[in-house]
Amino acid sequence: MTRTQQLIGWIDDRFPLTKVWNEHLAEYYAPKNFNFWYFFGSLALLVLVNQLLTGIWLTMHYNPSAEGAYESVEYIMRDVPYGWLLRYMHSTGASAFFIVVYLHMFRGMIYGSYRKPRELVWLFGMVIFVLLMAEAFMGYLLPWGNMSYWGAQVIINLFSAVPVYGDELVTWIRGDFLISGATLNRFFALHVVALPIALLLMVFLHIVALHAVGSNNPDGVEIKKLKDDKGIPLDGIPFHPYYTVKDIVGVAGFLFFFCMIIFFFPDGGGFFLEPPNFTPANNLKTPEHIAPVWYFTPFYSVLRAVPDKDLGVVAMGLSLVILFFLPWLDRSPVKSIRYKGPIFKLALALFVISFFILGYLGMKAPTPGRTVMAQITTAYYFFFFFPFLPFYHKFDKTKPVPERVTD
Amino acid sequence: MSNDGVDNGRRRFLLWSTSAVGAVGAVGIAVPFVKSWSPSARAQAAGAPVEVDVSKLKPGQAIKTEWRGKPIFVIRRSAADVSNLEKIGSLLKDPESSNPAQQPTYVDKVKRSIKDDVMVVVGICTHLGCVPQQKEQVEPAIGGGFFCPCHGSKFDLAGRVLAGVPASDNLEVPPYTYLSDSVILIGVDKGAA
Repeated sequence: MTRTQQLIGWIDDRFPLTKVWNEHLAEYYAPKNFNFWYFFGSLALLVLVNQLLTGIWLTMHYNPSAEGAYESVEYIMRDVPYGWLLRYMHSTGASAFFIVVYLHMFRGMIYGSYRKPRELVWLFGMVIFVLLMAEAFMGYLLPWGNMSYWGAQVIINLFSAVPVYGDELVTWIRGDFLISGATLNRFFALHVVALPIALLLMVFLHIVALHAVGSNNPDGVEIKKLKDDKGIPLDGIPFHPYYTVKDIVGVAGFLFFFCMIIFFFPDGGGFFLEPPNFTPANNLKTPEHIAPVWYFTPFYSVLRAVPDKDLGVVAMGLSLVILFFLPWLDRSPVKSIRYKGPIFKLALALFVISFFILGYLGMKAPTPGRTVMAQITTAYYFFFFFPFLPFYHKFDKTKPVPERVTD
Repeated sequence: MSNDGVDNGRRRFLLWSTSAVGAVGAVGIAVPFVKSWSPSARAQAAGAPVEVDVSKLKPGQAIKTEWRGKPIFVIRRSAADVSNLEKIGSLLKDPESSNPAQQPTYVDKVKRSIKDDVMVVVGICTHLGCVPQQKEQVEPAIGGGFFCPCHGSKFDLAGRVLAGVPASDNLEVPPYTYLSDSVILIGVDKGAA
Protein backbone atom coordinates (compact mmCIF):
# COMPACT_ATOMS: atom_id res chain seq x y z
CA MET A 1 0.00 0.00 0.00
CA THR A 2 1.41 3.36 -0.99
CA ARG A 3 1.36 6.42 1.24
CA THR A 4 -1.40 7.95 -0.91
CA GLN A 5 -3.61 4.86 -0.63
CA GLN A 6 -3.04 4.86 3.11
CA LEU A 7 -4.09 8.49 3.36
CA ILE A 8 -7.23 7.90 1.24
CA GLY A 9 -8.04 4.87 3.36
CA TRP A 10 -7.66 6.95 6.53
CA ILE A 11 -10.06 9.56 5.11
CA ASP A 12 -12.53 6.96 3.80
CA ASP A 13 -12.87 5.55 7.32
CA ARG A 14 -14.01 8.97 8.46
CA PHE A 15 -15.62 10.59 5.38
CA PRO A 16 -17.14 9.03 2.19
CA LEU A 17 -14.50 10.51 -0.14
CA THR A 18 -14.06 7.59 -2.56
CA LYS A 19 -17.80 6.91 -2.47
CA VAL A 20 -18.70 10.47 -3.49
CA TRP A 21 -15.98 10.54 -6.17
CA ASN A 22 -17.26 7.31 -7.70
CA GLU A 23 -20.97 8.09 -7.48
CA HIS A 24 -20.68 11.50 -9.08
CA LEU A 25 -17.67 11.22 -11.40
CA ALA A 26 -15.77 7.99 -11.95
CA GLU A 27 -18.79 5.69 -11.86
CA TYR A 28 -21.50 8.16 -12.83
CA TYR A 29 -22.61 6.81 -16.20
CA ALA A 30 -23.75 9.45 -18.66
CA PRO A 31 -25.17 8.66 -22.12
CA LYS A 32 -22.40 8.33 -24.70
CA ASN A 33 -24.12 10.54 -27.28
CA PHE A 34 -23.82 13.99 -25.67
CA ASN A 35 -23.35 16.72 -28.28
CA PHE A 36 -22.54 20.44 -28.42
CA TRP A 37 -25.64 21.38 -26.39
CA TYR A 38 -24.31 19.50 -23.36
CA PHE A 39 -21.45 21.93 -22.77
CA PHE A 40 -23.60 24.57 -21.09
CA GLY A 41 -24.26 22.90 -17.75
CA SER A 42 -20.59 22.66 -16.88
CA LEU A 43 -19.99 26.11 -18.38
CA ALA A 44 -22.66 27.54 -16.06
CA LEU A 45 -20.69 26.07 -13.16
CA LEU A 46 -17.50 27.68 -14.50
CA VAL A 47 -19.18 31.11 -14.76
CA LEU A 48 -20.59 30.68 -11.24
CA VAL A 49 -17.05 30.15 -9.92
CA ASN A 50 -15.89 33.18 -11.94
CA GLN A 51 -18.65 35.34 -10.42
CA LEU A 52 -17.92 34.17 -6.87
CA LEU A 53 -14.17 34.74 -7.14
CA THR A 54 -14.25 38.10 -8.90
CA GLY A 55 -17.18 39.17 -6.71
CA ILE A 56 -15.28 38.48 -3.50
CA TRP A 57 -12.31 40.45 -4.81
CA LEU A 58 -14.48 43.39 -5.94
CA THR A 59 -16.05 43.51 -2.47
CA MET A 60 -12.58 44.19 -1.06
CA HIS A 61 -12.44 47.54 -2.88
CA TYR A 62 -16.09 48.51 -3.30
CA ASN A 63 -17.78 51.02 -0.97
CA PRO A 64 -21.47 50.19 -0.47
CA SER A 65 -22.91 53.67 0.16
CA ALA A 66 -24.79 56.20 -1.94
CA GLU A 67 -21.93 58.68 -1.39
CA GLY A 68 -19.09 56.34 -2.23
CA ALA A 69 -20.34 53.59 -4.53
CA TYR A 70 -19.91 55.29 -7.92
CA GLU A 71 -16.55 56.75 -6.93
CA SER A 72 -15.28 53.40 -5.61
CA VAL A 73 -16.16 51.66 -8.89
CA GLU A 74 -14.14 54.33 -10.74
CA TYR A 75 -11.36 53.73 -8.20
CA ILE A 76 -11.46 50.00 -8.97
CA MET A 77 -11.30 50.77 -12.70
CA ARG A 78 -8.43 53.30 -12.50
CA ASP A 79 -6.34 52.79 -9.37
CA VAL A 80 -6.68 49.21 -8.08
CA PRO A 81 -4.07 46.95 -9.74
CA TYR A 82 -5.98 44.76 -12.23
CA GLY A 83 -9.21 46.17 -10.79
CA TRP A 84 -10.45 46.85 -14.34
CA LEU A 85 -9.93 43.17 -15.19
CA LEU A 86 -11.73 41.89 -12.10
CA ARG A 87 -14.67 44.20 -12.77
CA TYR A 88 -14.92 43.36 -16.47
CA MET A 89 -14.69 39.64 -15.66
CA HIS A 90 -17.60 40.14 -13.25
CA SER A 91 -19.76 42.33 -15.51
CA THR A 92 -19.10 40.22 -18.60
CA GLY A 93 -19.58 37.12 -16.44
CA ALA A 94 -23.11 38.28 -15.64
CA SER A 95 -24.07 38.40 -19.32
CA ALA A 96 -22.16 35.18 -20.03
CA PHE A 97 -24.11 33.51 -17.22
CA PHE A 98 -27.39 34.31 -18.93
CA ILE A 99 -26.16 33.32 -22.40
CA VAL A 100 -25.02 29.96 -21.02
CA VAL A 101 -28.17 29.44 -18.95
CA TYR A 102 -30.52 30.36 -21.82
CA LEU A 103 -28.72 27.85 -24.07
CA HIS A 104 -28.80 25.25 -21.27
CA MET A 105 -32.58 25.75 -20.93
CA PHE A 106 -33.07 25.60 -24.69
CA ARG A 107 -31.20 22.26 -24.69
CA GLY A 108 -33.76 21.03 -22.16
CA MET A 109 -36.57 22.22 -24.43
CA ILE A 110 -35.36 20.53 -27.61
CA TYR A 111 -34.50 17.19 -26.03
CA GLY A 112 -37.36 17.09 -23.51
CA SER A 113 -34.95 16.93 -20.58
CA TYR A 114 -37.65 18.25 -18.25
CA ARG A 115 -39.93 15.24 -18.88
CA LYS A 116 -40.53 12.47 -16.35
CA PRO A 117 -38.51 11.54 -14.27
CA ARG A 118 -36.58 14.84 -14.46
CA GLU A 119 -39.31 17.28 -13.38
CA LEU A 120 -37.48 18.22 -10.18
CA VAL A 121 -34.23 18.79 -12.07
CA TRP A 122 -36.15 21.31 -14.20
CA LEU A 123 -37.86 22.92 -11.19
CA PHE A 124 -34.61 23.34 -9.26
CA GLY A 125 -33.14 24.77 -12.45
CA MET A 126 -36.01 27.26 -12.78
CA VAL A 127 -35.48 28.39 -9.17
CA ILE A 128 -31.80 28.92 -10.04
CA PHE A 129 -32.88 30.99 -13.06
CA VAL A 130 -35.16 33.21 -10.93
CA LEU A 131 -32.48 33.62 -8.23
CA LEU A 132 -30.02 34.50 -10.97
CA MET A 133 -32.35 37.22 -12.25
CA ALA A 134 -32.66 38.64 -8.72
CA GLU A 135 -28.90 38.44 -8.27
CA ALA A 136 -28.22 40.21 -11.57
CA PHE A 137 -30.84 42.88 -10.90
CA MET A 138 -29.46 43.72 -7.45
CA GLY A 139 -25.88 43.63 -8.71
CA TYR A 140 -26.76 46.15 -11.41
CA LEU A 141 -27.74 48.74 -8.76
CA LEU A 142 -24.38 48.56 -7.02
CA PRO A 143 -22.28 50.73 -9.41
CA TRP A 144 -24.83 53.49 -8.63
CA GLY A 145 -24.85 54.78 -12.21
CA ASN A 146 -27.91 56.51 -13.58
CA MET A 147 -29.14 53.38 -15.37
CA SER A 148 -28.60 51.38 -12.17
CA TYR A 149 -30.77 53.86 -10.34
CA TRP A 150 -33.65 54.10 -12.79
CA GLY A 151 -33.60 50.42 -13.65
CA ALA A 152 -34.03 49.64 -9.96
CA GLN A 153 -36.75 52.30 -9.69
CA VAL A 154 -38.75 50.62 -12.46
CA ILE A 155 -38.34 47.06 -11.20
CA ILE A 156 -39.07 47.86 -7.54
CA ASN A 157 -42.16 49.79 -8.64
CA LEU A 158 -43.49 46.57 -10.20
CA PHE A 159 -44.46 45.62 -6.65
CA SER A 160 -46.79 48.63 -6.44
CA ALA A 161 -49.17 46.55 -8.56
CA VAL A 162 -49.87 44.42 -5.45
CA PRO A 163 -53.43 45.26 -4.36
CA VAL A 164 -53.98 47.49 -1.30
CA TYR A 165 -50.47 47.22 0.18
CA GLY A 166 -48.56 47.99 -3.04
CA ASP A 167 -47.22 51.42 -2.12
CA GLU A 168 -46.27 50.41 1.42
CA LEU A 169 -44.57 47.31 0.07
CA VAL A 170 -42.50 49.42 -2.34
CA THR A 171 -41.46 51.79 0.46
CA TRP A 172 -40.55 48.78 2.61
CA ILE A 173 -38.38 47.27 -0.14
CA ARG A 174 -36.61 50.60 -0.75
CA GLY A 175 -36.31 51.47 2.94
CA ASP A 176 -36.95 55.08 1.95
CA PHE A 177 -39.38 57.21 -0.03
CA LEU A 178 -37.08 56.98 -3.02
CA ILE A 179 -34.19 54.73 -4.04
CA SER A 180 -31.41 55.77 -1.68
CA GLY A 181 -28.40 54.54 0.23
CA ALA A 182 -30.70 52.37 2.33
CA THR A 183 -31.76 50.51 -0.84
CA LEU A 184 -28.17 50.24 -2.05
CA ASN A 185 -26.94 48.72 1.22
CA ARG A 186 -29.66 46.08 1.46
CA PHE A 187 -29.17 45.14 -2.19
CA PHE A 188 -25.46 44.82 -1.49
CA ALA A 189 -26.14 42.48 1.45
CA LEU A 190 -28.51 40.35 -0.62
CA HIS A 191 -26.23 40.35 -3.68
CA VAL A 192 -23.05 39.30 -1.89
CA VAL A 193 -24.34 37.14 0.96
CA ALA A 194 -27.95 35.93 0.90
CA LEU A 195 -28.56 35.16 -2.79
CA PRO A 196 -25.19 33.46 -3.45
CA ILE A 197 -25.84 31.10 -0.51
CA ALA A 198 -29.32 30.32 -1.89
CA LEU A 199 -27.87 29.87 -5.40
CA LEU A 200 -25.20 27.43 -4.22
CA LEU A 201 -27.80 25.42 -2.32
CA MET A 202 -30.06 25.21 -5.39
CA VAL A 203 -27.15 24.24 -7.66
CA PHE A 204 -26.33 21.46 -5.19
CA LEU A 205 -29.95 20.22 -5.26
CA HIS A 206 -30.07 20.51 -9.09
CA ILE A 207 -27.03 18.23 -9.39
CA VAL A 208 -28.17 15.79 -6.67
CA ALA A 209 -31.52 15.41 -8.44
CA LEU A 210 -29.81 15.01 -11.83
CA HIS A 211 -27.41 12.35 -10.58
CA ALA A 212 -30.27 10.43 -8.93
CA VAL A 213 -32.25 10.10 -12.18
CA GLY A 214 -29.32 10.26 -14.64
CA SER A 215 -28.83 12.58 -17.59
CA ASN A 216 -31.17 12.72 -20.57
CA ASN A 217 -29.59 12.70 -24.05
CA PRO A 218 -30.25 13.94 -27.61
CA ASP A 219 -32.31 10.84 -28.39
CA GLY A 220 -34.42 11.17 -25.25
CA VAL A 221 -34.15 7.43 -24.48
CA GLU A 222 -33.52 6.10 -20.97
CA ILE A 223 -30.10 4.44 -20.92
CA LYS A 224 -30.89 2.81 -17.57
CA LYS A 225 -33.37 0.46 -19.26
CA LEU A 226 -30.61 -1.64 -20.85
CA LYS A 227 -27.73 -2.63 -18.60
CA ASP A 228 -24.89 -5.16 -18.90
CA ASP A 229 -24.35 -7.98 -16.37
CA LYS A 230 -22.48 -5.58 -14.03
CA GLY A 231 -25.45 -3.24 -13.94
CA ILE A 232 -23.74 -0.60 -16.08
CA PRO A 233 -25.94 1.02 -18.77
CA LEU A 234 -24.97 -0.29 -22.21
CA ASP A 235 -25.00 3.24 -23.62
CA GLY A 236 -23.32 4.85 -20.61
CA ILE A 237 -19.74 6.02 -20.20
CA PRO A 238 -18.17 7.25 -16.94
CA PHE A 239 -18.47 11.01 -16.57
CA HIS A 240 -14.82 11.09 -15.59
CA PRO A 241 -12.63 10.95 -17.63
CA TYR A 242 -14.82 11.02 -20.76
CA TYR A 243 -16.99 14.07 -20.17
CA THR A 244 -14.57 15.97 -17.95
CA VAL A 245 -12.16 15.92 -20.90
CA LYS A 246 -14.91 16.82 -23.39
CA ASP A 247 -15.97 19.72 -21.16
CA ILE A 248 -12.41 21.06 -21.15
CA VAL A 249 -12.80 21.57 -24.91
CA GLY A 250 -16.02 23.49 -24.21
CA VAL A 251 -14.25 25.57 -21.58
CA ALA A 252 -11.46 26.44 -24.02
CA GLY A 253 -13.98 27.51 -26.66
CA PHE A 254 -15.98 29.51 -24.13
CA LEU A 255 -12.91 31.26 -22.72
CA PHE A 256 -11.88 32.28 -26.24
CA PHE A 257 -15.09 34.32 -26.64
CA PHE A 258 -15.18 35.40 -22.99
CA CYS A 259 -11.66 36.84 -23.12
CA MET A 260 -12.33 38.48 -26.47
CA ILE A 261 -15.20 40.43 -24.90
CA ILE A 262 -13.31 41.28 -21.70
CA PHE A 263 -10.28 42.62 -23.54
CA PHE A 264 -11.76 44.14 -26.68
CA PHE A 265 -15.47 44.91 -26.07
CA PRO A 266 -15.81 45.11 -22.28
CA ASP A 267 -19.12 47.01 -22.44
CA GLY A 268 -20.42 44.47 -24.97
CA GLY A 269 -21.27 47.30 -27.39
CA GLY A 270 -23.63 48.84 -24.81
CA PHE A 271 -25.40 45.54 -24.20
CA PHE A 272 -23.45 44.37 -21.14
CA LEU A 273 -22.77 47.81 -19.63
CA GLU A 274 -25.23 50.47 -20.77
CA PRO A 275 -23.93 53.96 -21.69
CA PRO A 276 -26.05 55.93 -19.12
CA ASN A 277 -24.40 53.91 -16.36
CA PHE A 278 -21.19 55.83 -16.92
CA THR A 279 -22.82 58.86 -15.24
CA PRO A 280 -23.64 58.84 -11.51
CA ALA A 281 -27.16 58.18 -10.25
CA ASN A 282 -29.42 61.26 -10.41
CA ASN A 283 -32.79 61.04 -8.71
CA LEU A 284 -34.19 63.96 -10.75
CA LYS A 285 -33.25 62.83 -14.23
CA THR A 286 -34.36 59.64 -15.94
CA PRO A 287 -32.04 58.66 -18.82
CA GLU A 288 -33.45 59.66 -22.23
CA HIS A 289 -34.08 56.04 -23.06
CA ILE A 290 -34.28 53.51 -20.26
CA ALA A 291 -33.93 49.80 -20.92
CA PRO A 292 -32.91 46.86 -18.76
CA VAL A 293 -29.84 44.80 -19.56
CA TRP A 294 -30.41 42.49 -22.55
CA TYR A 295 -31.16 39.34 -20.54
CA PHE A 296 -34.30 40.88 -19.02
CA THR A 297 -35.65 42.47 -22.20
CA PRO A 298 -37.90 39.61 -23.44
CA PHE A 299 -39.84 39.65 -20.16
CA TYR A 300 -39.75 43.45 -20.04
CA SER A 301 -41.38 43.54 -23.50
CA VAL A 302 -44.23 41.41 -22.20
CA LEU A 303 -44.72 43.98 -19.41
CA ARG A 304 -44.87 46.85 -21.90
CA ALA A 305 -47.12 45.05 -24.37
CA VAL A 306 -50.10 45.21 -22.02
CA PRO A 307 -51.68 48.69 -21.85
CA ASP A 308 -52.59 48.36 -18.16
CA LYS A 309 -50.14 48.50 -15.26
CA ASP A 310 -51.50 45.70 -13.08
CA LEU A 311 -52.24 43.36 -15.96
CA GLY A 312 -48.83 44.10 -17.46
CA VAL A 313 -47.10 43.03 -14.26
CA VAL A 314 -49.30 39.92 -14.09
CA ALA A 315 -48.45 39.04 -17.72
CA MET A 316 -44.74 39.45 -17.08
CA GLY A 317 -44.92 37.31 -13.94
CA LEU A 318 -46.92 34.70 -15.82
CA SER A 319 -44.39 34.58 -18.67
CA LEU A 320 -41.84 33.44 -16.09
CA VAL A 321 -44.14 31.23 -13.98
CA ILE A 322 -45.40 29.29 -17.00
CA LEU A 323 -41.87 27.97 -17.57
CA PHE A 324 -42.09 26.12 -14.24
CA PHE A 325 -45.00 24.07 -15.62
CA LEU A 326 -43.19 22.95 -18.77
CA PRO A 327 -42.77 19.32 -17.57
CA TRP A 328 -46.54 18.95 -17.28
CA LEU A 329 -47.52 21.02 -20.31
CA ASP A 330 -45.63 18.96 -22.89
CA ARG A 331 -47.56 15.72 -23.38
CA SER A 332 -45.94 14.39 -26.54
CA PRO A 333 -45.27 10.61 -26.52
CA VAL A 334 -41.61 11.31 -27.43
CA LYS A 335 -39.09 13.49 -25.61
CA SER A 336 -36.54 14.54 -28.19
CA ILE A 337 -37.08 16.89 -31.10
CA ARG A 338 -35.37 14.23 -33.24
CA TYR A 339 -38.52 12.12 -33.13
CA LYS A 340 -41.10 14.88 -32.99
CA GLY A 341 -43.00 15.96 -36.07
CA PRO A 342 -42.85 19.08 -38.26
CA ILE A 343 -45.59 20.95 -36.37
CA PHE A 344 -43.52 21.01 -33.18
CA LYS A 345 -40.36 22.00 -35.04
CA LEU A 346 -42.14 24.91 -36.70
CA ALA A 347 -43.79 26.01 -33.45
CA LEU A 348 -40.48 25.87 -31.56
CA ALA A 349 -38.72 27.87 -34.30
CA LEU A 350 -41.46 30.52 -34.08
CA PHE A 351 -41.11 30.51 -30.30
CA VAL A 352 -37.37 31.20 -30.55
CA ILE A 353 -38.01 33.96 -33.12
CA SER A 354 -40.69 35.50 -30.86
CA PHE A 355 -38.34 35.38 -27.89
CA PHE A 356 -35.63 37.17 -29.89
CA ILE A 357 -38.09 39.78 -31.19
CA LEU A 358 -39.35 40.39 -27.65
CA GLY A 359 -35.75 40.76 -26.50
CA TYR A 360 -35.02 43.24 -29.29
CA LEU A 361 -38.18 45.29 -28.66
CA GLY A 362 -37.38 45.48 -24.94
CA MET A 363 -34.19 47.39 -25.73
CA LYS A 364 -35.95 49.91 -27.97
CA ALA A 365 -38.12 52.91 -27.12
CA PRO A 366 -41.81 52.11 -27.48
CA THR A 367 -43.60 53.23 -30.66
CA PRO A 368 -47.15 52.25 -31.71
CA GLY A 369 -45.81 49.82 -34.35
CA ARG A 370 -43.38 48.19 -31.93
CA THR A 371 -46.11 47.86 -29.30
CA VAL A 372 -48.30 45.93 -31.76
CA MET A 373 -45.31 43.72 -32.62
CA ALA A 374 -44.71 43.10 -28.90
CA GLN A 375 -48.37 42.21 -28.45
CA ILE A 376 -48.28 39.69 -31.31
CA THR A 377 -45.09 38.03 -30.07
CA THR A 378 -46.33 38.03 -26.46
CA ALA A 379 -49.54 36.34 -27.58
CA TYR A 380 -47.50 33.72 -29.42
CA TYR A 381 -45.20 33.21 -26.41
CA PHE A 382 -48.21 32.25 -24.30
CA PHE A 383 -49.89 30.34 -27.13
CA PHE A 384 -46.81 28.11 -27.39
CA PHE A 385 -47.11 27.00 -23.76
CA PHE A 386 -50.88 26.89 -23.76
CA PRO A 387 -52.83 25.58 -25.60
CA PHE A 388 -50.14 24.44 -28.08
CA LEU A 389 -47.88 22.28 -25.87
CA PRO A 390 -50.56 20.13 -24.19
CA PHE A 391 -52.44 19.38 -27.42
CA TYR A 392 -50.08 19.43 -30.43
CA HIS A 393 -49.28 15.72 -30.18
CA LYS A 394 -52.82 14.99 -31.33
CA PHE A 395 -51.99 16.48 -34.73
CA ASP A 396 -48.23 16.01 -34.99
CA LYS A 397 -46.66 12.88 -36.48
CA THR A 398 -43.87 11.42 -34.36
CA LYS A 399 -41.17 9.07 -35.60
CA PRO A 400 -40.43 5.76 -33.86
CA VAL A 401 -37.94 6.12 -30.99
CA PRO A 402 -35.00 3.64 -31.10
CA GLU A 403 -34.27 1.28 -28.19
CA ARG A 404 -30.73 2.59 -27.79
CA VAL A 405 -29.02 5.90 -28.42
CA THR A 406 -27.86 6.62 -31.97
CA ASP A 407 -24.33 7.74 -32.85
CA MET B 1 -36.38 1.11 25.58
CA SER B 2 -39.91 -0.12 26.02
CA ASN B 3 -42.99 1.67 24.85
CA ASP B 4 -45.12 0.10 27.57
CA GLY B 5 -47.10 2.54 29.63
CA VAL B 6 -46.43 5.47 27.29
CA ASP B 7 -48.95 8.24 27.77
CA ASN B 8 -49.62 9.13 24.12
CA GLY B 9 -52.01 11.93 25.00
CA ARG B 10 -49.30 13.56 27.11
CA ARG B 11 -46.75 13.13 24.28
CA ARG B 12 -49.12 14.71 21.75
CA PHE B 13 -49.79 17.61 24.11
CA LEU B 14 -46.08 18.21 24.61
CA LEU B 15 -45.42 18.00 20.86
CA TRP B 16 -48.12 20.53 19.96
CA SER B 17 -47.50 22.90 22.85
CA THR B 18 -43.75 22.97 22.11
CA SER B 19 -44.47 23.55 18.40
CA ALA B 20 -46.93 26.34 19.20
CA VAL B 21 -44.53 28.12 21.56
CA GLY B 22 -41.77 27.69 18.97
CA ALA B 23 -43.97 29.15 16.23
CA VAL B 24 -44.81 32.19 18.36
CA GLY B 25 -41.12 32.65 19.02
CA ALA B 26 -40.32 32.38 15.30
CA VAL B 27 -42.90 35.04 14.44
CA GLY B 28 -41.57 37.24 17.25
CA ILE B 29 -37.98 37.03 16.11
CA ALA B 30 -39.06 37.74 12.50
CA VAL B 31 -40.48 41.14 13.52
CA PRO B 32 -37.15 42.99 13.96
CA PHE B 33 -35.83 41.50 10.71
CA VAL B 34 -38.90 42.59 8.73
CA LYS B 35 -39.30 45.98 10.44
CA SER B 36 -35.66 46.93 9.98
CA TRP B 37 -36.40 47.26 6.25
CA SER B 38 -38.86 50.14 6.83
CA PRO B 39 -37.60 53.73 6.33
CA SER B 40 -35.37 54.76 9.23
CA ALA B 41 -36.16 57.70 11.51
CA ARG B 42 -33.55 59.72 9.62
CA ALA B 43 -35.17 58.97 6.25
CA GLN B 44 -38.58 59.92 7.62
CA ALA B 45 -37.27 63.22 9.00
CA ALA B 46 -35.74 64.28 5.66
CA GLY B 47 -39.06 65.44 4.19
CA ALA B 48 -39.19 69.18 4.94
CA PRO B 49 -41.50 71.40 2.79
CA VAL B 50 -40.02 73.33 -0.16
CA GLU B 51 -40.76 76.93 -1.26
CA VAL B 52 -41.08 77.86 -4.95
CA ASP B 53 -41.35 81.43 -6.29
CA VAL B 54 -43.47 81.45 -9.47
CA SER B 55 -43.44 85.22 -10.10
CA LYS B 56 -40.95 84.96 -12.98
CA LEU B 57 -42.53 81.86 -14.52
CA LYS B 58 -43.92 82.65 -17.99
CA PRO B 59 -46.67 80.60 -19.71
CA GLY B 60 -45.23 77.35 -21.01
CA GLN B 61 -42.22 77.49 -18.67
CA ALA B 62 -41.51 75.01 -15.91
CA ILE B 63 -39.60 74.99 -12.62
CA LYS B 64 -38.28 71.62 -11.50
CA THR B 65 -37.58 71.23 -7.82
CA GLU B 66 -37.23 68.39 -5.31
CA TRP B 67 -39.36 67.43 -2.34
CA ARG B 68 -38.66 64.26 -0.33
CA GLY B 69 -36.22 63.30 -3.07
CA LYS B 70 -38.97 63.33 -5.66
CA PRO B 71 -38.93 65.67 -8.66
CA ILE B 72 -41.71 68.30 -8.55
CA PHE B 73 -42.83 70.11 -11.71
CA VAL B 74 -44.28 73.61 -11.35
CA ILE B 75 -45.64 74.78 -14.72
CA ARG B 76 -47.51 77.90 -15.78
CA ARG B 77 -50.25 77.07 -18.29
CA SER B 78 -51.57 79.56 -20.85
CA ALA B 79 -55.30 80.41 -20.93
CA ALA B 80 -55.58 78.32 -24.10
CA ASP B 81 -53.99 75.32 -22.34
CA VAL B 82 -56.44 75.62 -19.47
CA SER B 83 -59.53 75.86 -21.69
CA ASN B 84 -58.27 72.87 -23.69
CA LEU B 85 -58.28 70.71 -20.53
CA GLU B 86 -62.08 70.80 -20.46
CA LYS B 87 -62.39 69.52 -24.04
CA ILE B 88 -60.20 66.42 -24.08
CA GLY B 89 -61.89 64.41 -21.32
CA SER B 90 -62.94 61.63 -23.70
CA LEU B 91 -59.28 60.81 -24.50
CA LEU B 92 -58.37 60.28 -20.83
CA LYS B 93 -58.68 57.38 -18.39
CA ASP B 94 -59.68 59.50 -15.39
CA PRO B 95 -60.65 63.02 -16.58
CA GLU B 96 -62.51 63.91 -13.37
CA SER B 97 -59.73 62.85 -10.93
CA SER B 98 -61.85 60.15 -9.32
CA ASN B 99 -58.94 58.45 -7.52
CA PRO B 100 -58.62 60.40 -4.22
CA ALA B 101 -55.07 59.13 -3.61
CA GLN B 102 -53.67 61.12 -6.55
CA GLN B 103 -54.49 64.71 -5.45
CA PRO B 104 -55.56 66.69 -2.38
CA THR B 105 -59.27 67.50 -2.02
CA TYR B 106 -58.77 71.26 -2.46
CA VAL B 107 -57.60 71.20 -6.09
CA ASP B 108 -60.00 71.48 -9.04
CA LYS B 109 -61.02 68.04 -10.33
CA VAL B 110 -60.34 68.85 -13.99
CA LYS B 111 -57.49 71.38 -13.85
CA ARG B 112 -55.94 69.63 -10.82
CA SER B 113 -54.54 72.87 -9.38
CA ILE B 114 -55.45 75.53 -6.84
CA LYS B 115 -55.06 78.38 -9.35
CA ASP B 116 -55.96 77.70 -12.99
CA ASP B 117 -52.66 78.76 -14.49
CA VAL B 118 -50.07 77.20 -12.14
CA MET B 119 -49.88 73.43 -12.03
CA VAL B 120 -47.88 71.48 -9.43
CA VAL B 121 -47.32 67.74 -9.91
CA VAL B 122 -44.93 65.06 -8.70
CA GLY B 123 -42.78 64.24 -11.73
CA ILE B 124 -42.90 60.50 -11.24
CA CYS B 125 -44.76 58.33 -13.71
CA THR B 126 -47.52 56.38 -11.97
CA HIS B 127 -46.64 53.34 -14.06
CA LEU B 128 -43.21 52.38 -12.77
CA GLY B 129 -41.67 55.54 -11.41
CA CYS B 130 -39.59 57.12 -14.18
CA VAL B 131 -39.48 60.89 -14.63
CA PRO B 132 -41.73 61.93 -17.56
CA GLN B 133 -40.47 64.55 -20.01
CA GLN B 134 -42.49 67.69 -20.73
CA LYS B 135 -43.46 67.89 -24.42
CA GLU B 136 -44.94 70.75 -26.46
CA GLN B 137 -47.20 68.16 -28.01
CA VAL B 138 -47.75 64.61 -26.70
CA GLU B 139 -50.50 63.89 -29.19
CA PRO B 140 -52.09 66.17 -31.81
CA ALA B 141 -55.50 66.07 -30.11
CA ILE B 142 -54.06 66.68 -26.64
CA GLY B 143 -51.45 69.39 -27.14
CA GLY B 144 -48.82 69.89 -24.44
CA GLY B 145 -48.21 67.35 -21.70
CA PHE B 146 -45.80 64.69 -20.49
CA PHE B 147 -44.27 61.63 -22.09
CA CYS B 148 -42.60 58.88 -20.06
CA PRO B 149 -39.55 57.50 -21.90
CA CYS B 150 -39.61 54.19 -20.06
CA HIS B 151 -42.85 52.65 -21.22
CA GLY B 152 -44.48 55.34 -23.33
CA SER B 153 -47.14 56.58 -20.89
CA LYS B 154 -48.60 59.99 -21.72
CA PHE B 155 -50.23 62.66 -19.56
CA ASP B 156 -51.93 65.96 -20.38
CA LEU B 157 -51.02 69.36 -18.95
CA ALA B 158 -53.01 68.60 -15.79
CA GLY B 159 -51.09 65.36 -15.27
CA ARG B 160 -54.12 63.29 -16.31
CA VAL B 161 -53.23 59.97 -17.94
CA LEU B 162 -54.23 59.31 -21.54
CA ALA B 163 -56.21 56.24 -22.53
CA GLY B 164 -54.27 53.40 -24.16
CA VAL B 165 -50.97 53.77 -22.28
CA PRO B 166 -49.49 51.50 -19.56
CA ALA B 167 -50.01 53.91 -16.62
CA SER B 168 -53.43 53.68 -14.97
CA ASP B 169 -53.40 56.67 -12.61
CA ASN B 170 -53.03 60.42 -13.05
CA LEU B 171 -49.77 61.99 -11.91
CA GLU B 172 -49.82 62.75 -8.20
CA VAL B 173 -50.47 66.34 -7.08
CA PRO B 174 -48.52 66.94 -3.86
CA PRO B 175 -50.02 68.87 -0.94
CA TYR B 176 -49.19 72.58 -1.44
CA THR B 177 -50.37 76.01 -0.45
CA TYR B 178 -49.83 79.63 -1.52
CA LEU B 179 -47.80 81.64 1.01
CA SER B 180 -48.43 84.76 -1.12
CA ASP B 181 -49.65 85.41 -4.67
CA SER B 182 -46.42 84.15 -6.14
CA VAL B 183 -44.81 81.85 -3.56
CA ILE B 184 -45.87 78.20 -3.25
CA LEU B 185 -44.99 75.97 -0.30
CA ILE B 186 -44.86 72.31 -1.36
CA GLY B 187 -45.40 69.60 1.24
CA VAL B 188 -47.96 71.45 3.37
CA ASP B 189 -51.72 71.33 2.87
CA LYS B 190 -53.66 74.43 1.83
CA GLY B 191 -54.41 76.64 4.81
CA ALA B 192 -52.13 74.63 7.13
CA ALA B 193 -49.04 76.86 6.85
